[in-house]
Amino acid sequence: MKFKSFNGGVHPKDSKEYSKSSAIEVMDIPKKVVIPLSQHIGAPANPIVKPGDRVKTGQLIAEPSAFVSLAMHSSVTGKVTKIAMNPHPGGFSSMAIEIETEEQDEWVELIDDANYLDLSAEEIKLRIGNAGICGMGGAGFPTLIKLSPPADKPIDTVILNGVECEPYLTSDYRNMLERPKDIIAGLKIIMKTLSAKQGYIGIEANKLDAIKLMTDLTKNDKDIYVVPLKLKYPQGAEKQLIYACTKRKVPNKGGLPSSVEVVVQNVGTAIAIYEAVRYKKPLIERVITVSGRIVKNPKNIQARVGTAFSELVEKCGGTTEEIGKIISGGPMMGFALPDLDAPVCKTSSGLLLFNQKEARSLEEHACLRCGRCVDACPLNLLPSFIASAVKYKDWDMAEKSGVMDCMKCGSCSYVCPAHIKIIQWVDIGKNQITAMRRTAKS
Amino acid sequence: MKNKTIVSSSPHLHDATNVKYVMWHVVIALMPALIAGIIFFGFSALTITIYSVIAAVTTEALIQKLRKKPITVSDGSAVITGILIAFNVHANSSWWLVVVGSIFAIAIGKHAFGGLGYNIVNPALLGRAFLLASWPTRMTAGWAKTQFGELSGITIDNIPAVAKDLVSHATPLGVANMLRDPEIVTSIGADNVYSVFTHLTDFSTLNNLFWGNIGQCIGEISAFALLLGAIYLLLLNIIEWRIPAFYIGTVFVLTYFFGGIDGFMSAPITIPLFHILSGGLLLGAFFMATDMVTSPITKKGRIIFGIGAGIITVVIRLYGGYPEGVSYAILIMNLFVPLIDKFTSPKPFGEVKA
Repeated sequence: MKFKSFNGGVHPKDSKEYSKSSAIEVMDIPKKVVIPLSQHIGAPANPIVKPGDRVKTGQLIAEPSAFVSLAMHSSVTGKVTKIAMNPHPGGFSSMAIEIETEEQDEWVELIDDANYLDLSAEEIKLRIGNAGICGMGGAGFPTLIKLSPPADKPIDTVILNGVECEPYLTSDYRNMLERPKDIIAGLKIIMKTLSAKQGYIGIEANKLDAIKLMTDLTKNDKDIYVVPLKLKYPQGAEKQLIYACTKRKVPNKGGLPSSVEVVVQNVGTAIAIYEAVRYKKPLIERVITVSGRIVKNPKNIQARVGTAFSELVEKCGGTTEEIGKIISGGPMMGFALPDLDAPVCKTSSGLLLFNQKEARSLEEHACLRCGRCVDACPLNLLPSFIASAVKYKDWDMAEKSGVMDCMKCGSCSYVCPAHIKIIQWVDIGKNQITAMRRTAKS
Repeated sequence: MKNKTIVSSSPHLHDATNVKYVMWHVVIALMPALIAGIIFFGFSALTITIYSVIAAVTTEALIQKLRKKPITVSDGSAVITGILIAFNVHANSSWWLVVVGSIFAIAIGKHAFGGLGYNIVNPALLGRAFLLASWPTRMTAGWAKTQFGELSGITIDNIPAVAKDLVSHATPLGVANMLRDPEIVTSIGADNVYSVFTHLTDFSTLNNLFWGNIGQCIGEISAFALLLGAIYLLLLNIIEWRIPAFYIGTVFVLTYFFGGIDGFMSAPITIPLFHILSGGLLLGAFFMATDMVTSPITKKGRIIFGIGAGIITVVIRLYGGYPEGVSYAILIMNLFVPLIDKFTSPKPFGEVKA
């Protein structure tokens, strides 16, 4: 088997052994859910319910408020109790709709459209938009927009991201093993909608069984290729995945995959798309990996959106040691949270718990100029220059060194022997330069 | 009760390296060369090294104490500087020579610029340059013979009588340098010059150079020991191959073409090996040119750095007054590093014209 890849990157231990062999378990419906209005990139959704309203499972409770926005649905049957600020798994607070659950799980009406592949592209997009689907790999870009490229920019290739390069996470892996046909159905729907000529499914080398399964199931589809990829972080980053599969380079300075005629979707998103198009089922649940050395029984849990992280930990039997760090997402790009109060969102791929020792903060030393960050950067930027430019407020230098192009994969920081918190400096630089640009415009 | 959890910026994983890891592994990698020095020169090699290390570490601790900064001598970087200063003098040197060299290296070469990470030239090389400028005779004469062989590595019996004196008081590179001196050519006769040159580059001399049975600086004598350490660092990914490969490669190519005593292409095929194995080239290429703080951070930059150091080394060895040019070559290239980095910054992935 030939494994493709990209230049740069790092090799953290994949730590998937904790949860990779646990089949997806469906979580009981919690007594209460908290559904943030902002689970995606773009404007927060507009609530269309008020406290006291009774809602069914799958009922629309907030509408997209702009072109780049997302519909939200109730993930349970029950009564809206309040709409207020709540902890968000992104590490901040946001407006959220709180719903108290009733015993009966009463769904809105679903359909079964067995001929879903015969639907028009317009109808498919309508169903995807109505289902409130966004990218489920982490960033949460509204899927409808990705599937509506401008007329002058046709898409010829769809890539499904089954790489899951973040250590610990196994939710995509379990989905590929347990629902491969739904994933392939989702891919076909996307390809049809975009009139794409070819579809790829990129999977990393540490998931050979998934590679084999997907290859077997697509052997009669002449336009679908399973692409085995080298085990290297960040293989699942959009630009790196596109490059590995097609050798095309997405332009920097804000270029989108569509400029090289590619659309990338996560395998989990493909399942959501399939369910939305065939059954009109809105995106109200997802698979999330709960893992870490100190988690008693690490699991892959299918949970309703809005389920509190603390309940997931409880389902895994709690922890064997005192928690030192709570990470929402993967360990390379995820957010550290102060507590377990935040809820599962459409983008929540993982919840990791570290012990005190794994959580310890490493002290920053002066840069040794060893250049490891430069070698590791998959985007060929100069991470150490960015860090020092931001530190000394040299915004021009920071921009020249590529701060705005940085996708914050963290490879640089991972290998830095001086433990410089490069991503933290990048964040400061991005915020400052964005603010300065905004001021310059007005 | 709620646990106290740490909230920090991603990534939340880190590989096993840190400053100490890097520096102490370099110290370990220098040990074979030190052992070779002790084997060939006796315990004076060890005592000189210990004096040097103590001076370097004490100076660093004192300066940090005076500046009310955290004392970081345990990171191992001052230990490396101390070892390298000792490695750059011969085994007959006085103890105070390395002590002065180490104090200068740490105080001026390192801490005057702000300490580890901020220095612009390799502190140990600056220390050596200071010693060479201040006590040129002590640094270039009075070489210690090894316990087993000749200073120049040449088997003395094969040498014409008139040249024996010349060969027995100089290092291999010293001999090579003298053979280019018109006065010496006149005094011992052209035929004898050829004879000495042939012996200087024959297999038995190369063999002595490789194992270390020659008179050179303490850390430079055994190419074998230095290569052991170099392989260790390469395998641990602590040094990167580009600088040493292009440095040594450049010396190889240039000395092949210009290394003879009769002009272009007049040298025997062994002359590049002679130049690689003698003097401080291997020590410099693997342990000093690769000093991360003072070498380029880009891959292309490291190639340019290596080639530049190679050219300067060969020019000094073949056409300069000094027999050896490694330390000046690296020091000069150190100064070019910011410029090299500026012009070799990698093309961002998917670069588009703005």
